Amino acid sequence: MTTNNKPYSNTKATLAIAKASFRSILRSPSAVVFSLVFPLIFIVVFANIGGGGISVDVGVAKTCDTSSIIYKALKSVKIVNLVTNQSTDEMNKNLSKGSIDAILDIKNNHSGGLTLYPPLSLPPNNLPNKPPFSVNVQYTKASNKDGILKSVISNIISQMNSSMSKGLPQMAEVNETTIQGREYKYIDFILPGMLGFSLLSSGVFGTAFVFLSLRLTLVIKRFFANPVKRYSIVLGEALARIVFALLGALFIIGIGHYAFGFTLIHGFITVLNMLVLSAIGLIIFMGFGFIISGVAKNESTVPPFSNIITLPQFLLSGTFFSTTAFPVWLQHISRVLPLTHLNDAMRKVAFEGASLGEVSHQLLILGIWFVGIYIVAVKTFKWE
Amino acid sequence: MAKQPIITVKNLVKKYDDFTAVNGISFEVFEGEIFGLLGPNGAGKTTTLEIIETLRDKTSGEITVDGFSIDKDTDSIKKRIGVQLQAAGYYPNLNLSELIVLFCGLYGIDKKPMEMLGKVALTDKAKSKYKDLSGGQKQRFSIATTLINDPRIIFLDEPTTGLDPQARRNLWELIKEIRDSGTTVVITTHYMDEAEVLCDRVAFIDGGNIIGIDTPDNFIDKLVATGFERKKQVKLANLEDVFITMTGKEWRED
Repeated sequence: MTTNNKPYSNTKATLAIAKASFRSILRSPSAVVFSLVFPLIFIVVFANIGGGGISVDVGVAKTCDTSSIIYKALKSVKIVNLVTNQSTDEMNKNLSKGSIDAILDIKNNHSGGLTLYPPLSLPPNNLPNKPPFSVNVQYTKASNKDGILKSVISNIISQMNSSMSKGLPQMAEVNETTIQGREYKYIDFILPGMLGFSLLSSGVFGTAFVFLSLRLTLVIKRFFANPVKRYSIVLGEALARIVFALLGALFIIGIGHYAFGFTLIHGFITVLNMLVLSAIGLIIFMGFGFIISGVAKNESTVPPFSNIITLPQFLLSGTFFSTTAFPVWLQHISRVLPLTHLNDAMRKVAFEGASLGEVSHQLLILGIWFVGIYIVAVKTFKWE
Repeated sequence: MAKQPIITVKNLVKKYDDFTAVNGISFEVFEGEIFGLLGPNGAGKTTTLEIIETLRDKTSGEITVDGFSIDKDTDSIKKRIGVQLQAAGYYPNLNLSELIVLFCGLYGIDKKPMEMLGKVALTDKAKSKYKDLSGGQKQRFSIATTLINDPRIIFLDEPTTGLDPQARRNLWELIKEIRDSGTTVVITTHYMDEAEVLCDRVAFIDGGNIIGIDTPDNFIDKLVATGFERKKQVKLANLEDVFITMTGKEWRED
């Protein structure tokens, strides 16, 4: 018998654990379901509502000029559902209930129902100061789809305006001030949210279950009979989970981009930035998992603890709908949760093309969470 | 051959709050022997074992394992021992071959999984999961994981508990082979017939104290010399011999 005298390699041990853990995650149905299947189902379902996006119900006012080209353009937008069969009273009631999202009233500013385009028959000096059309949109606080409609309308109008020759007045003015230059698709909203939630559940549930079961089944104790360092165990596990989560994120972004037209402003760079954010988010969420694995007595106490962490964030962190739709007191709670800031940062990076430096405010808050969580985790974590 | 101590335990004490689990025990394990720690549940066997295995802190006392002090050189000790824990689990979702690869990584050693599984006759189970093995196979796999680092000493904590007679005898053969290849074996068991066949020397522990160390033969002879007699006359065979003769020696896999 020979005793091995080679210097012991902690890196090798860490990688061995990472490899084992990665294999184990791939074969664990719950990990795959939480990280890939759930987010994908949500994305497919929400991306297909109203055909390629969410549907915005817009009541058409009786005074609306339905022969205008702006109306026609809006009609051709799939996500806008123009409602014409309601009376003015009905529409106002429905608007206050939120069962329609807005009321649209396009006014022709030129008498005589001018529909010629471009209006060359009128000499420029005869034109009134106003553009030919005014688009009046009435939104409601009962619905949160105003952002979508705003961007759709401004998109149509800016296209029309730019297609007109420069000397001519604008085709229409929008009595509304919100400009998001690009077409805003619901997938652009839902995908970062789903990605964040997938990281949250994978980080919290996955880490809590794995470390609790490794502890309870004495796997960790058996490891300690080997010359392995504690940090190798944690690092190896973390490495495997991060690699798995990033592959999952790539998969979700890929499906979102190619199948549902998810916007990636700077292409690959945007993807890289999103992956960096994913890793940061996952590391913070794993901290919750470490705490739960230390606090939980057995495997049946993991789900309740984990749900306490994940469900409020699922609902309050702008996963499905913007936090701006919440009452103010609830928004204050939202602003505290780490997932809110991860989602914010993700959306800024993906949709607005922000760099990581431009989301430093979100990163700072995530950093504070990181420090806080791991201080608690170090105190509560149990090895045996 | 002069008996060379490979493990020395001196005045080992382990206290949990008010409870004293191990109360100043001393013994030596000699190189190349199978050493049995015997005693009722809660006597302190497992605690003693786990302290020597570097898995638990002691309250006081001195221990050297293969020349290394447990206070200073736990890493050197860990490299020289193989540990089988009572009821230990293995990493979930991995097959036996992958588990061996994992342990090789933990020891920083390159071994072929098939070679290790071959030592315990489990090559045909290389793609199986640990949880799908029979009791005897689980124990043999556990022993394979203790042999990966070519240890000087292996520790087996109740390896035969819950096994059927065939699997038990099969494991005895394996343990003897390991001893014969030069590895010292420290084992705990509740079965005295097992200790009698398997162990070169045994120590009885009760209430955290060692109450006797000797070879099984000497213990029996001493007891007989006091005039002890079994109530029932010992026959040339016992019921287990009948069981083995009737059901066959070969080991059932499941």
